[in-house]
Amino acid sequence: MTVLQTAAVQSAAAFAQAPTDPINAPTISFSLTAPVLIALGGAILGILFEALLPRRVRYPVQVVLALLTVAAALVWTLLGANRGDVGVTFGGALAVDTATYVMWGVLLVLALPSLLLMADKVSEPGGSFVAQAAARIGSHRDRLATRVSAPMQTEVFPLALFAVAGMMIFPAATDMVTLFVALEVLSLPLYLLCGLARRRRLISQESAVKYFLLGAFTSAIFAYGLAMLYGYCGSTQFAAVAAQARAGDSSDVLLLGGLALVIVGLLFKASVGPFHLWTPDVYQGAPTPVTAFMAACTKVAAFAAMLRVCLVALEPMTWTWQPVLAIIAGASMVIGSVIGITQTDMKRMLAYSSVAHAGFILLGVISMSEAGASATMFYLLTYGMATIGAFAILTVVRKGDGEASHVGDWAGMAKRSPVLAASMSLFLLSFAGIPLTAGFIGKLSVFTAAMQAGLGPWVVLAMIATAITAFFYLRIVVVMYFADPVTTSPTPAPVAVAAGGGQPSAAVGERRFLAAGAGAPDAPFVVVPGLLTVIVIAVAVIVTLGLGLFPGPVLDLLTIPVPLLS
Amino acid sequence: MNSWYLVVLIFLPVVGALVLAAMSGAPEKTVKLIALVFSLAELAVVVALWVSYRAATTDAASQLDVPFRETFSVTWIPYFGINFSLGVDGISLTMIALIAVLMPIVLGASWEEKLPAGRTIGGYFALLLVLQGAMVGVFAATNVFVFYVMFEVMLIPMYFLVGAFGGVRRAYAATKFFLYSLLGGLLMLASVIGLYVASGQVLGQGTFDWVTLQSIAAQIPESTQMWIFAGFAIAFAIKAPLVPLHTWLPDAGTEAPVGAGTLLVGVLDKVGTFGFLRICLPLLPAASSKLAWLIILLAVIGILYGAIVAAGQTDLKRFVTFTSIAHFGFIALGVFAFTTQSIAGAALYMVNHGIATGLLFLIVGMLTARGGSKLVGDYGGVWKVAPILGGFFLVAALATIAMPGTNSFISEFLVLIGTFSRHPAWAVLATIGIVLAAVYMLWIFQRTMTGPVRGAAVVGGRGPEDRLADGTEGGAVGGTGEHGDVAPALTPLPVGAAAVGGQPHAAGAAAHAEPGGHGARTKVKALFGDLNAREITVLTPLVLLVILLGVYPQPVLDVINPTAERTMVDAGYTDPVPAIDAPLGGGQ
Repeated sequence: MTVLQTAAVQSAAAFAQAPTDPINAPTISFSLTAPVLIALGGAILGILFEALLPRRVRYPVQVVLALLTVAAALVWTLLGANRGDVGVTFGGALAVDTATYVMWGVLLVLALPSLLLMADKVSEPGGSFVAQAAARIGSHRDRLATRVSAPMQTEVFPLALFAVAGMMIFPAATDMVTLFVALEVLSLPLYLLCGLARRRRLISQESAVKYFLLGAFTSAIFAYGLAMLYGYCGSTQFAAVAAQARAGDSSDVLLLGGLALVIVGLLFKASVGPFHLWTPDVYQGAPTPVTAFMAACTKVAAFAAMLRVCLVALEPMTWTWQPVLAIIAGASMVIGSVIGITQTDMKRMLAYSSVAHAGFILLGVISMSEAGASATMFYLLTYGMATIGAFAILTVVRKGDGEASHVGDWAGMAKRSPVLAASMSLFLLSFAGIPLTAGFIGKLSVFTAAMQAGLGPWVVLAMIATAITAFFYLRIVVVMYFADPVTTSPTPAPVAVAAGGGQPSAAVGERRFLAAGAGAPDAPFVVVPGLLTVIVIAVAVIVTLGLGLFPGPVLDLLTIPVPLLS
Repeated sequence: MNSWYLVVLIFLPVVGALVLAAMSGAPEKTVKLIALVFSLAELAVVVALWVSYRAATTDAASQLDVPFRETFSVTWIPYFGINFSLGVDGISLTMIALIAVLMPIVLGASWEEKLPAGRTIGGYFALLLVLQGAMVGVFAATNVFVFYVMFEVMLIPMYFLVGAFGGVRRAYAATKFFLYSLLGGLLMLASVIGLYVASGQVLGQGTFDWVTLQSIAAQIPESTQMWIFAGFAIAFAIKAPLVPLHTWLPDAGTEAPVGAGTLLVGVLDKVGTFGFLRICLPLLPAASSKLAWLIILLAVIGILYGAIVAAGQTDLKRFVTFTSIAHFGFIALGVFAFTTQSIAGAALYMVNHGIATGLLFLIVGMLTARGGSKLVGDYGGVWKVAPILGGFFLVAALATIAMPGTNSFISEFLVLIGTFSRHPAWAVLATIGIVLAAVYMLWIFQRTMTGPVRGAAVVGGRGPEDRLADGTEGGAVGGTGEHGDVAPALTPLPVGAAAVGGQPHAAGAAAHAEPGGHGARTKVKALFGDLNAREITVLTPLVLLVILLGVYPQPVLDVINPTAERTMVDAGYTDPVPAIDAPLGGGQ
């Protein structure tokens, strides 16, 4: 035999004798992760329907599919939590424990009204979303796409479902790669959704580009941090990071560097200052239902993921990073409250207030206790509900053919529509933390947990920041109740271009006014909200009042026992 | 066994407000009567509560054994161990009684109030009733969390009362009031949470319950107590108000409508000093004794500063708010002098001040409503024009000065005696405040009431450059408050003289002003008349209380004294031993 043949026979014999490593099939529990699978399945079905169904039936089918999907996921979550099924599944990538059920529950409860708001076609005639986003602004195709008679883009519903699915995976991930994938899955649809506004297309597209660019950079930073953590402990599991940190025999540089970069990525998503620079522009430019969705649900996902990362992966290093994050939380509170004072646009003002609230919530996260985790989720629930309600009311205050988001346009609203003004005041009081609203109980929980964790001075700073935010919340209440209604608007109204170039009012068809205060063509007015928006506002009011007066059952429901599964 | 008095007292006015809101289309007279009926029902319940309380505390032994009577407690938020628990002790009972007495009077005084355009009297009365419920809640809370909730909830109706129904600068005044109080309230929330966490460290499970917190008060470390005290003290100092945190009160009191303003200075501010008594002294004894000097210093500064600034005021309503600031210095001084007499005197002062300043504020309101001007310089010799009003004003003035025979004298005397036994120097300084009170009060009285009938509000006769934009005479013109560019010297109020009963002389009548300097025999025709029957009915109970409590304060003191003694025990103080033994048997 030749040398080659001998070598081949020898290696084959050696190979036959060497023990074969068994292939470990990952454990996959479909029943534990069913809510996520339902959401993903609904999204995929939505894409299929979008491709196959005739245009007429797309809207009702998509809306029903989206709502049913979220409802089914919510029901499964409640059942699973009731049964107490817990476990780590998908080969150690997803951990489904009580904390996960709580996070999924809050997320889905907030996703439902967001979807209802997206589906509303009455406030913005024809729907809040443009028919064709890819048309160049100003071109003929764009004018066709933004006509009132052009139906809204119904692909937004599967996109939103993909985002929801990503948001569900994000806090359940116990593996760094899964975390990163979830971050991308939840972000990419949101980038798209921001650019789909029917009115003010230019800033809508600008907000989408800004969000995309900043988000892409931050994802890269996040991935770099994950890589450093992998280099630190040799595994992508959170538990491995914690174990290695406890053992303490590796260089801390990789750990601290990776920790910092990962946290920055999460803080960006949660719009915590000073990583908040995308928030005002994106909130202002995106269609209002998408803003509501982002403000409520993205925050839940980001803070929930932060909870898991901090409580599982970074827990041994608490003494190192807790003061730093406390300072960041303080910075966020101050930035949000102080810069919010100067805002004159309602959406930007709510964006800066969300930055301040992110600072408060971060205090709950870094308390690193059962009380802190539970308080964080409760605060997110109450804040999310009030935010969705506030943005829902924003959609019905209009001038010309677009929204009237300048504060001056809201003058005297209490005389024209007292119920809406009262609801808005309730939401603003909840943001300000006035007792008997849900926001107050949220603040109480978070600040109690923070104080128990020894963050007393930061709680005092949070109180001062709350008082500052109360100033601009109060200004809106003053404008609504004590100012006289305006007949001309401080800013020019967006004008819809009709297909035939006729008068905007004629092209819109019938519009119902609550009050004939529209003297001049660009006077702000309040439309009668459609059924879906009414449902959203009503639910938000009930939750805000109910959780303010009787928060006990929900507080118990949202209790998260630590330690979390990993 | 839950007693339902306090729950009824809190929620009956709220129900009344809801009824009024539901009846917004009904005729005004019906709406006003319903509100009055609710306030009188509240008064009846308070009388029943008083009787029940006195029946339970007849003998000396029973007076000190339980901290609260007529208690009510239901579980509210078990997650934090919060119960909705209510109860009264002597001091809170007297304050609740004060609220119940003042409310029908305030409603009666506001019966013909001219409100800004677009506002209804039904809304005004509904907000007043909600305010009453919240105020009763603050005084009845025996759970620190409930106290905080009611403290903040109180702000909302008062904010709308000032901001929607007030004077020209009402939005500014209301916002300033709300934000100032909210900041204090939020710092207080930090302290409330701090108490919860500190009690958790002592007991293992945090609590907001007053009785439990009082029992472990000595075990909370002093440094923690100091921080918690700081939060509470700032909030109560803003509320009280203590100088230098007082700047919200002159604006809010001036711009508030008369009824809301009376409640603002008469009751709302008492929450601050009541908070010192109820929370700071018993629950934070170490910090209270350590920082008492600071509060006493601020109190005495407030007495002197308030009096001096009051003497220089040219706006009548603003003047009353500064006298309030001065009097609150006395109350805070009494609380932190830590003797039974001073604490009892402070508690009695809270009641008496509510009555006396309430009376003063209402009379000033009636005067300015008639004259159409808030300026002191626009009035002169009103006694000759409206003798009944002048008489009531005299009683109110004497009560403000704390003349013996009026109710304020008893309380001021107790405070000063109590303070003197522990802090003689401060007591001497505070006594100067009495002299200053006489200065500012008698001066105002002399300028407005005595002397010849004069002044633009009384007789009119302004020069051409002072005429209003619509060319009418200044003074008793109705509804001019909405015109923005009024000459600042006039600031007319949106009240029509025709709305005032009595003998109104027609607006813009040929009121040829013959100032007293010219022919003294000339009969001057005034622009307004004396008090009508409704106003006399409204003011008389207050005057009776001023005189009765000045001559025989024992019924109220009997209720207050045991609580004052208990507070002394809770705060860990005993009265200083007198330097000279009192002779037995009345002396030789």
